[in-house]
Amino acid sequence: MRNLWLFISKYNAFFLFVIFFVSSLTLLLRYNSYQKASVLNSSNQVVGTAFENVNHFESYLNLGRVNDSLATENARLRGMLKLSKSNDSVVQKAVNDTLTHQQYTYIVAKVINNSVNQKNNFITLNRGKKHGIVKGMGVISTGGVVGIVADASDNFSTVQSVLNNDTRISATIVGSNAPGSLIWGIGNFDYRQAVLQDIPNDKQVKRGARVVTTPYSAIFPAGIPIGTVIATDKKGGSSFLDIEVKLSVDFSNLGYVYVVNNLMAAEQLQLEANSKKDE
Amino acid sequence: MSKVIFANLVRFFFLIIIQVFLLKNVGYYNLATPFLYILFILLLPFNTPNLLLFALSFLAGLTVDVFYDTPGVNAAACTVLALVRIIFIDVTVHRDGFDNEPEPRLGIMGFRWFLFYAIVATLFHHITLFLLETFHFAEIQYTLVRVVLSSLLTILLILIAEFIFYKKKLR
Repeated sequence: MRNLWLFISKYNAFFLFVIFFVSSLTLLLRYNSYQKASVLNSSNQVVGTAFENVNHFESYLNLGRVNDSLATENARLRGMLKLSKSNDSVVQKAVNDTLTHQQYTYIVAKVINNSVNQKNNFITLNRGKKHGIVKGMGVISTGGVVGIVADASDNFSTVQSVLNNDTRISATIVGSNAPGSLIWGIGNFDYRQAVLQDIPNDKQVKRGARVVTTPYSAIFPAGIPIGTVIATDKKGGSSFLDIEVKLSVDFSNLGYVYVVNNLMAAEQLQLEANSKKDE
Repeated sequence: MSKVIFANLVRFFFLIIIQVFLLKNVGYYNLATPFLYILFILLLPFNTPNLLLFALSFLAGLTVDVFYDTPGVNAAACTVLALVRIIFIDVTVHRDGFDNEPEPRLGIMGFRWFLFYAIVATLFHHITLFLLETFHFAEIQYTLVRVVLSSLLTILLILIAEFIFYKKKLR
């Protein structure tokens, strides 16, 4: 104890320095909002850059799979060419454009951070406000619906994926036209499955039927695939079905996604808000 | 003793007033801003106890911070300055010389020693100050230019102030 005291008094200048310096740094961080924000910001910057770098290397490892998915997408797009369609494709086409107006444009983004094992999963994209992404836009990939943009900074944006307790996606079963909402995470944390609720139980739902987005939301174009029905669960007394859906997007392996920019979203939402006000 | 305390008290208030009312508005754009008030810490007597030295430095820095609206920045820089002062004096001045050399002044210690002392102390103070103020290493060249130019201005002012109150003691 005496030695300790001798040690401290011999180097008292250093200990006094530490005490006073720490207290002034405390003042600095507590009362200066710039430095306070800067601590958080720089760490965010570090985190964002780190993710991007790691992803840069990972993307090489995934080249094979990315190639495959691009080839699949090419095949799908090729299938959508007019050449390979008979006349009944008119119904599908009418949703997306008329001759003179483009309703949807797509912003390509790369997934730089992804999770599937959390209760609420988020995805980070390497595109942000600068590239035209704003909060509330839909995000799709080759396979189908991925999520909704939760927040966007200048260069990055976070996406609340379908695998999130708070995400509700307006969905329907092809052929039934009854709108339901797709949810995930209620008694189910498998990233390959979700539940479609609010479909009335008088509808005939077959296994293997396709689940797609409805035309009623301003976020996604109609008919974007979500998944296929694997089971219907008729609960006694309930007038709605709980339908288990196998998601068509492989969330554990997301590479490139498309952010949906609905050019008429503002107009639609404004109009709907006005009608509500009138009621 | 009371004379020393009074002299330092007057010096403290004089330098702080000069700093916050006059020098705050002086500067070459944002590049060179003088901080003359550190002269108060430089000129404290040799036999000041370490605790008192740190406390006074912290207080001086904090007082300037209050006027500059930057709580903690100047206080931290002055704490660093106090440590540098202790180490510098420990290395360059012999302990037994304290009796006839009460204060580290230009007139007492000689021009060369005082210039070196002022340069080292000012550089450490300004580096801490500007690094804490910008708080990131992204524009380090800009920060270094600010440190160098401000240090030049501060050292110039310190030397001018010391020459004005020059007291040549015959030893």
